Amino acid sequence: MARAVEQVAAPQKETDALISGSEAIAVACKLADVDVITAYPIRPYDTVMQYVAKLVANGELDCEYIVAESEHSQFEIVKHACAAGARVFCGSSGVGWMYAFEALTVTPALRIPMVAMVGNRALDDPGAFGVEHNDALAVRDLGWQLVWVDTAQEALDTALIAYRVAEDRRVFLPCAIACDGAFLTHSQAQVKIPPQQWVNAFLPPYNRGDLLLHPDNPITVAPQVNEDWLMEIRKHNDEAMKRAKTVIKEAYADFARIFGRDYGNPFFEEYQTDDADVVLVGMGTLSMPVKVAIRRMRQEGKKVGLVRLRWFRPFAAEELAATLGRFNAVGVIDRDFSFGSPYTSGVLATEIRAALYPAEKRPPVLGFICGLGGREVTVPDVQRMTDVLLSAAAGKAQPLTTWVGIRE
Amino acid sequence: MGRLFAVEIVYRGIFQKNLAKNISRGVVLAAHHAGKSGISFGRYGDSPERNGIPAKSFAVIGSDPETLEEGMAKYEPKEVDITIVLDDTLLKGVESWAWYGLQPINRLLRPGGTLIVTSMHDADTLIPMAHRKEAPYRLAILKGTPSFSGLWVYKDDHTDVRVLGAVARVLPELFTIDDVEKAILQEWSAPLKATSARKAYERITTRVVQPTEGNPEHPFAFQLPKWHEMREGIAIPAIPRGAPIADPVSGQSGGFRPARNPTFKKFTTRTMRPVVNFDTCVKCTLCWLQCPDSCFDVTPDGFYDANMEACCGCGVCEAVCPVEHCVTMVNETAFTDNSSQWEAWKKDRTAYAAWLQEKIRHRPERTHGFRFRGQYEQELPPMLEIAGGAGPEEPSGEEE
Repeated sequence: MARAVEQVAAPQKETDALISGSEAIAVACKLADVDVITAYPIRPYDTVMQYVAKLVANGELDCEYIVAESEHSQFEIVKHACAAGARVFCGSSGVGWMYAFEALTVTPALRIPMVAMVGNRALDDPGAFGVEHNDALAVRDLGWQLVWVDTAQEALDTALIAYRVAEDRRVFLPCAIACDGAFLTHSQAQVKIPPQQWVNAFLPPYNRGDLLLHPDNPITVAPQVNEDWLMEIRKHNDEAMKRAKTVIKEAYADFARIFGRDYGNPFFEEYQTDDADVVLVGMGTLSMPVKVAIRRMRQEGKKVGLVRLRWFRPFAAEELAATLGRFNAVGVIDRDFSFGSPYTSGVLATEIRAALYPAEKRPPVLGFICGLGGREVTVPDVQRMTDVLLSAAAGKAQPLTTWVGIRE
Repeated sequence: MGRLFAVEIVYRGIFQKNLAKNISRGVVLAAHHAGKSGISFGRYGDSPERNGIPAKSFAVIGSDPETLEEGMAKYEPKEVDITIVLDDTLLKGVESWAWYGLQPINRLLRPGGTLIVTSMHDADTLIPMAHRKEAPYRLAILKGTPSFSGLWVYKDDHTDVRVLGAVARVLPELFTIDDVEKAILQEWSAPLKATSARKAYERITTRVVQPTEGNPEHPFAFQLPKWHEMREGIAIPAIPRGAPIADPVSGQSGGFRPARNPTFKKFTTRTMRPVVNFDTCVKCTLCWLQCPDSCFDVTPDGFYDANMEACCGCGVCEAVCPVEHCVTMVNETAFTDNSSQWEAWKKDRTAYAAWLQEKIRHRPERTHGFRFRGQYEQELPPMLEIAGGAGPEEPSGEEE
């Protein structure tokens, strides 16, 4: 595969740019020298395709840029291109992601290491474009890797890491990068853009090996599979997903070595947890109001911390159980909801409870439903949640799920 | 625990779907009159059915509810008392439309079980088609042409109730002919059908098939891989390209025979196969081009030899052949092997011409549909005559 157009005597240092989260993903596509990109507009994902189109038009990125007639075709096209050895990028949001669902279901089973961006968006109360995580979470049981990012910088870095992990032959599973609509996709922040040489050192060319769909390697991909084969295919994918945890750790360590940006524990970020009594858990751009609220509450003597989950699939259950077991109460903020689920919780709260169940120390887990459909999660919201949490830590019974910031 | 009975009905997908369903329902209904309870179901894996592809229905009966649960705890029976074959070409073995590999038609029969076949052939023709079995089993022949009673049209030639009558005869522990009659009257309100069932009951003949009889070939078996033996992404390596073939007379090498995937043999799903008149063939390539299974081998002299390891008997070659009577579809029961027709023609053209004429006598009437208004009424009387009238069925009796 042709490498991206390299600048003559490019400086071996990062450049600063003021770009949005979407643009950061587009820049990552350029740095990863993606071969095939498909596009179909839907907010907030469409900003990425606009930026990528611009990169192609400006001659900065040499790739096939295919505007499909629907999200379904969009994902089918990259799926097949990826089977034929192309590094691909694709994405969608909300109901667009849903419309592609048939293609999304087969992608992991065919071991297509596609990287996709989900611009998180509500499903789909007419006109609601705001962030909600249910769209991305819908693929949680399909074999997709799922990672949430917080800042434009993290979006860029994670996209490069996602290619590295997905295309590792031990994994070969697709990876979706979940970006909160508006908060991340549409706001511009200072981002350090690494030089191409660093990326080349970090990200080897995509090599599909003996799974390459090519006349010189005659194979059938996706043959008829009856019930006789299904369990074996699922087990095959299960093993790959388990291995992904190791590969993710390796990738972050290499990233820190080459780029000098160390994310520490790749699976989740911990903020002021060292001496915390209680901890809030969340994903994505929630971290901003939570961190601000934590700083204020600390001044009031409330010992509260944050665990911001990055990788949702694979789920770092053991690591999370070890960490969360240290606290007297855990509050999970879900920017999603699962109707009729255990204790009518959000998805993340249910997963955290499940992860803690075999643990030696099991603090109470309270769920908070907050910020749905892009509603602002305010600092007072976070303070209210923390008060409930502290009360639970003090032994007072609290509801297992609380809606915060709803008109009552 | 009481006694568990299982009956398997093997039929041609779509063409005989309702027939098979009627029979498996009828078995359960008759058993109910005999004080037993049961379930009737189509084999799930055969769905969606394809035209003519072998498919199965099952009836599982328990002498009491707990025993029935023993049967219902399985996806489908692993052993049956009776296998009913609704198209005699299925005797060569069945292969579902995906990855199961060939199954001998009598595979599930328990020792001493009965294979009931609807056929116009006698036992001497039918027995060599089925694979040998280690223990003796019984063959019962119900005289009749393959009944068409598919999804949309039900040609009521009484095959369903005749089979029920035969079941009562070969497995009286399951139900009696009186139970069958009650079930028929209740389900179809048709006294004439009850009469047909009784006639079948009286006239069915059985013959014991010994382990020394039948097709001695080992049935094709397919080993399913363990999960870690499979390649990622369900990638299946291609088969080799193939190679030229040798002329059996001149020894000259040429042409092209594509290699074929041994896990996808198809010949067992045929009801008919093409015979080719190489003397009139104009080498137009249409059969070779249009064959959906690439079954034609290109011979060194430029003819197209239908390879019976790959032919599924669809008849497209006959339909596209521009030369009259050059390709003819012939009933599969007229053949005992899968050898090359072209080689036979090369070696002795006169003998081949005679062979060809003899085979073409078995050109089947196409019963899988109706081509003109009134065809149903026209076809029914002769079939009913076979069923209940002065048909050539032998008197009853066990020939042990």
